[in-house]
Amino acid sequence: MVSGTNGAPDAGPLPPGQASRPGPAGAGVRTRPPADLVGPRRRGDGIFRGLTLSAGIFVLAILVAIAVFLIAKSVPAIAQDKGNFFTTKTWDPDGSKVFGIAALAFGTVLSSVLALILTVPLALGVAIFIVEYAPKRIATFLGYAVDMLAAVPSVVYGLWAVYFLLKRMVPLQVFLADHFGWIPLFADPENRAGQFSQSVLAAALILGVMILPIIAAISREVISQVDPAQREGMLALGATHWEMVRMAVLPPSRPGIVGGIMLGLGRALGETIAIALVIGASFTISPHIMSSGNAIAANIAVKFAEAGSLGRNALIASGLVLFAITLVVNLTARAIIYRAGAVERSAAV
Amino acid sequence: MAKRIETIRLSCFYGSYKAVDDASLVIEPKSVTALIGPSGCGKSTYLRALNRMHEVIPGARVEGSVLLDDVDIYRPDVDPVAVRRTIGMVFQRPNPFPTMSIYDNVAAGLKLNGVRRKSELDDAVERSIKAANLWGEVKDRLGKAGAGLSGGQQQRLCIARAIAVEPAVLLMDEPCSALDPISTLAIEDLISQLKDSYTIVIVTHNMQQAARVSDTTGFFTLRGPGEAGYLVEVDTTTKIFTNPTEQRTEDYITGRFG
Ligand SMILES: Nc1ncnc2c1ncn2[C@@H]1O[C@H](COP(=O)(O)OP(=O)(O)OP(=O)(O)O)[C@@H](O)[C@H]1O
Ligand SMILES: [Mg+2]
Repeated sequence: MVSGTNGAPDAGPLPPGQASRPGPAGAGVRTRPPADLVGPRRRGDGIFRGLTLSAGIFVLAILVAIAVFLIAKSVPAIAQDKGNFFTTKTWDPDGSKVFGIAALAFGTVLSSVLALILTVPLALGVAIFIVEYAPKRIATFLGYAVDMLAAVPSVVYGLWAVYFLLKRMVPLQVFLADHFGWIPLFADPENRAGQFSQSVLAAALILGVMILPIIAAISREVISQVDPAQREGMLALGATHWEMVRMAVLPPSRPGIVGGIMLGLGRALGETIAIALVIGASFTISPHIMSSGNAIAANIAVKFAEAGSLGRNALIASGLVLFAITLVVNLTARAIIYRAGAVERSAAV
Repeated sequence: MAKRIETIRLSCFYGSYKAVDDASLVIEPKSVTALIGPSGCGKSTYLRALNRMHEVIPGARVEGSVLLDDVDIYRPDVDPVAVRRTIGMVFQRPNPFPTMSIYDNVAAGLKLNGVRRKSELDDAVERSIKAANLWGEVKDRLGKAGAGLSGGQQQRLCIARAIAVEPAVLLMDEPCSALDPISTLAIEDLISQLKDSYTIVIVTHNMQQAARVSDTTGFFTLRGPGEAGYLVEVDTTTKIFTNPTEQRTEDYITGRFG
């Protein structure tokens, strides 16, 4: 922004006594421009503008249509709820008509956040290793491996978790319960750690595996885009390789990495089938991650087929809550990215 | 503390391609040495070999030795990171760190050196920015981004960043090539001042600049297209620009070859 004092005095009248500048009102305006200054009418521009505009409107329209549908089905369902939809933990819309989102929303957020905590350091590590440290051939191979992980269908992850992961988690669960049981997260009041069982922890692990490639691939891309001149500038100051990564590579990558994390979180929040297979479908709010839990999307998938009419609308209402959660996540991410760019934006002064 | 640099039969390679052939040159402490020569003759490559930045490029390596005072910086037991802390560098294209404020740009090198005390950082930042003739223009916006400065200011910021850690030697690769005449003069003044405390090596395409700022001038050229660059001669700047020994040098500075 140009400050008022040294800006051109376009606004307001000229100070008295100062000669007026030659302006567009001069004599030249009446002369018709020569043919080579008259551009062809750029019809392509107009068409392209129209196309992109309608694409933009189309996306918005879909978003609005989804929101309208969700709200239209949800409001009557919530009105018929015999409990409080936002605080009730149980889910019995077709029987007692008491149902609520509390346990489901809690489980959704808990399992997704846990998945992030488990995955983000690993994904960043993989990305940094691929870009900064790995020899070229290993980097290429690892890059492909990560992309392949992203291509595995989620039901395969779910089955793998059920038939492979769950029983191998028992020693880990026992270890956690024995040594960290004093932390509520790892407490084991139901004595489930020692047995093969579905749990929030298992769901978080499998979610973590599923979102790892998204976060790693985006981070890798962003990190590799950092201007080599920044890297050299930091090295020339006497930075070690890691200091260079920490001070010159990661800071400019941060908005992109946060974006990748949010995409991963979005996928985790909305994941359905893998979660349905491992989380255990209990309607409780408990911090004990080795107990079973539940999640909105998984609950919809499991219950939808046999639900009655109120049951279906109640499930749609839970979908609306999921929609709201992801919206909040996205807005938060934008706020984080925006704040991170504060110094850069000050360049525009 | 300014230090002396000597390169002995230094050759620089990019993979199997030899970019600089067998350059031997002495750079005296507290002096300004200018490197001139046609584009592609290996000036930047040679300069980057002096603080072990050359090897940052995959496949790049050197042969021969570079003595800093009496130590060969290419000995296997010498840490390139320590070398770069001693021999600072200013690049052709200003490269302030975009996510950092002006203050943090200048403090970056100090923080790498483990300086944490706020007062110490404040002092060094102020001293370096003043030394880079930039203080008046930025003192009210130290918290703002360095990328918001003009090209000339950015380059002086990069100089401030480089001298904040008080290196023994300062390497400058065409520091004025993107600047207007006034910023160029400001940087030339700065070089003359810095000479009192630093050893300075500057690559430049501007012959007047070399004549104005340097004590010693080295002339690099190419034997032919695609061949390695080599050092034709090095002498006092006066001698090079008035009465060079080699015909090729004379041709170059009089503009008969370029
Ligand atoms: N990263 C690189 N990989 C391979 N070859 C390179 C690389 N950088 C430079 N070269 C080659 O090395 C030779 C010397 O390049 P250098 O940049 O040192 O020239 P210069 O004298 O600085 O030229 P200029 O005055 O244009 O900056 C050139 O032939 C160039 O193509
Ligand atoms: Mg160069």
